[in-house]
Amino acid sequence: MSDTPSETITGSTDPMSKTREARMGEVDSRFNSRLREAFGSSPFILTKFDQFMNWVRGSSMFMLQFGIACCSLEMMHTYAVKHDLDRFGSGVPRASPRQADTIIIPGTIVSKFAPRMKRVYDQMAEPKFVVNMGSCAISGGPFQEGYNVIKGAEEVIPVDIHVPGCPPRPEALVYGVVKLQERIAQGESSPVTVKPYELEQFGDLERDELVDKLASQIDTDDLVMRYNWADSP
Amino acid sequence: MSLERPKRQQYVTEEGVDYDAIERLLGEHVLGRETHLNAEGFVIRPDEVQDVLFALRDEAGFDHLSVVTAQEYADRYESIYHLKKYDDPTQEVSVVVPTSKDDPVSQTAEPVYRTADWHEREAYDLVGIEYEGHPDPRRILLPETWQGHPLALDYDQDRPQIVTLAEHQNPIAEDHYDSDTETMFLNIGPHHPATHGVLHLKTVLDGEQVVDVDPDIGYLHRCEEQMAQNGTYRHQIMPYPDRWDYAPGGLMNEWGYARAAEDLADIDVPEYAQVIRTMGAELCRICSHMLALGTFCLDIYGDFTAIFMYAMRDREKVQNLLEDLTGSRMMFNYLRLGGVAWDLPEPREEFFEKTRDFLDDLPEATQEYHDLITSNEIFQIRTVDTGVLDPETAKQYGATGPVARASGIDYDLRRDDPYGYYPELDWDVVTEDGRDNYARLLVRMREVEQSARIIEQCIDLLEDWPEEDREIQSNVPRTLRPDPDTEIYRAVEAAKGELGIYIRADGTDKPARFKIRSPCFSNLHTLPEMSEGEYVADLVASLGSLDIILGEVDR
Repeated sequence: MSDTPSETITGSTDPMSKTREARMGEVDSRFNSRLREAFGSSPFILTKFDQFMNWVRGSSMFMLQFGIACCSLEMMHTYAVKHDLDRFGSGVPRASPRQADTIIIPGTIVSKFAPRMKRVYDQMAEPKFVVNMGSCAISGGPFQEGYNVIKGAEEVIPVDIHVPGCPPRPEALVYGVVKLQERIAQGESSPVTVKPYELEQFGDLERDELVDKLASQIDTDDLVMRYNWADSP
Repeated sequence: MSLERPKRQQYVTEEGVDYDAIERLLGEHVLGRETHLNAEGFVIRPDEVQDVLFALRDEAGFDHLSVVTAQEYADRYESIYHLKKYDDPTQEVSVVVPTSKDDPVSQTAEPVYRTADWHEREAYDLVGIEYEGHPDPRRILLPETWQGHPLALDYDQDRPQIVTLAEHQNPIAEDHYDSDTETMFLNIGPHHPATHGVLHLKTVLDGEQVVDVDPDIGYLHRCEEQMAQNGTYRHQIMPYPDRWDYAPGGLMNEWGYARAAEDLADIDVPEYAQVIRTMGAELCRICSHMLALGTFCLDIYGDFTAIFMYAMRDREKVQNLLEDLTGSRMMFNYLRLGGVAWDLPEPREEFFEKTRDFLDDLPEATQEYHDLITSNEIFQIRTVDTGVLDPETAKQYGATGPVARASGIDYDLRRDDPYGYYPELDWDVVTEDGRDNYARLLVRMREVEQSARIIEQCIDLLEDWPEEDREIQSNVPRTLRPDPDTEIYRAVEAAKGELGIYIRADGTDKPARFKIRSPCFSNLHTLPEMSEGEYVADLVASLGSLDIILGEVDR
């Protein structure tokens, strides 16, 4: 019967052979786990430390609770009943970027929000990973032609996984997150490149007509993001 | 009251508003008259706005400023004030204020209607009209350092822009508000779990009490009006309404556009399609209110376990039904001008059975919510008598929907400005007199029950509909080109309140101006009124009870 626990789980955890018992010595059965049983007398695994760490990272991810637009509704459904992202070891959203190591970008990024998103991303501790959710975060999506819309999160921060859809179904987001976990466990990560839109000090901007015009409004050490819409894809 | 009534009746005839009487009332202020499809528009001078609006509000009883539409023509700028009455929203009048190209300055309407504050800021931000005497003439949606006004005719979208990231101010620095008192400045948002998206509240606290709160919006301003102006009427606009209120209020929003465009182009909708629309819209309303309920409790006592998950469970059920009907969980794109995209899914019996199962389970679920929420003592302490919004203030701010109905304002466009199949069905408008956060939640919970009643009747109707009469779409020309210079403002009752669309046609297949009146935008404007003087925790509760969707606030 599938609904009764199997004997191996409920049964005694005593070692199976006398030889093994002799090798292991007198150990309280409370400390005898199935893992120890599998390893036998030498409770060591040989692996590279970074491989082990990658496996750990991929198996227990803390997501940032970060909602932007429509996709965040499907993201909430992914965390909640029925889809339950927690089954895959990445289901507890953290409200603070300091406690999170994965950020899902669920929505359209507009000019006013991109510097804030960059700041939130910067506040996360390394190593950190980014899942782009939906067409808007990938390319601007249906709003790409908008005067105010950043053509994808990748203009601002490095991205590991893109999940297409408008919005992606929760199943698709689960697939994307699991793919990310796989990649992390295998030690793959996206190359960090210089993004077209960076936060920089106003005083460091190349002087042109626009900078001169705003010079009275913005201090030279204020952080700004300069958008060159004409160069955007 | 008995003195006021007969006086206001002077401006109303059997057919509706007596526009000639209004013209006599306004006298020499009137420079001309325009006929919009929804109401007459009176053209006035830009420096007499307040006189005219005061007369219309106090003498003729137009107490609801729905929206201010700003637009640029080749030879002038124009602001249109769309006025209505809370008692009878079919009585409308528009006030058209043209201003010259080289000096676009118009008198502010803020002293007459508080809601004009934000609407005029938006008009300045996007179109570039300035309002003389405005108390707070800043940009509202775009960053302060933005160059140009994007919906103006000569705007160059390719010019570079610089946007600042203001560092967090030192919370205890002296000069944030008032150097004499010990106040503290607190940023809430734009990334904060309790702001329901990307909203930024600039808050000044005295101890734990809110002295001043200034909602800073525009972090999700994704140019919805521009997108609609770039699309053709027939097919290209319809996907966007789904993305205004993504709670999902999809079908209700689509209906808002469909209603305006159908009236503009004089398109009839078959009765069968109206029943399907009505049913779909009410399913969306349930879904939307469930989100409001779940996140409200999450805000108030951090209940991520029971109530939030239960609400999500019920949303999943509704979304499954909507997916069967439309093919999508959230972004339906199901309504068409003149009907709907396709008939109910086959086998129909299965769909009816599923929907009935959901409706049968709903009373029990509602009871469970009442046990968990409204009868919970902690919840009552947190919400009763906090965030009080009295009806007069609500009207001043143009609040609609559950926010208005919880302040005792009996205003529901489904009944008062009937559309779809609502007049044929048996249901009630829910109002509460509590005026507080508790009442707002209660209104939503009771509206879910009413929506269920409507759906039940629609299902019965659809089941008995003769097979040969199942007409889902009327004849609509392949390309719609409404007559030039026709203007219309039409609204529907979305989950958050009055969702209105203003369209001006210019003879092409795309609208020349497409303005969205978002209920959340006006409702959010009431937040400072509700929370100043209260505790900061109640501010969070009030914000949750407004049930804003930032996609609709910022558009």
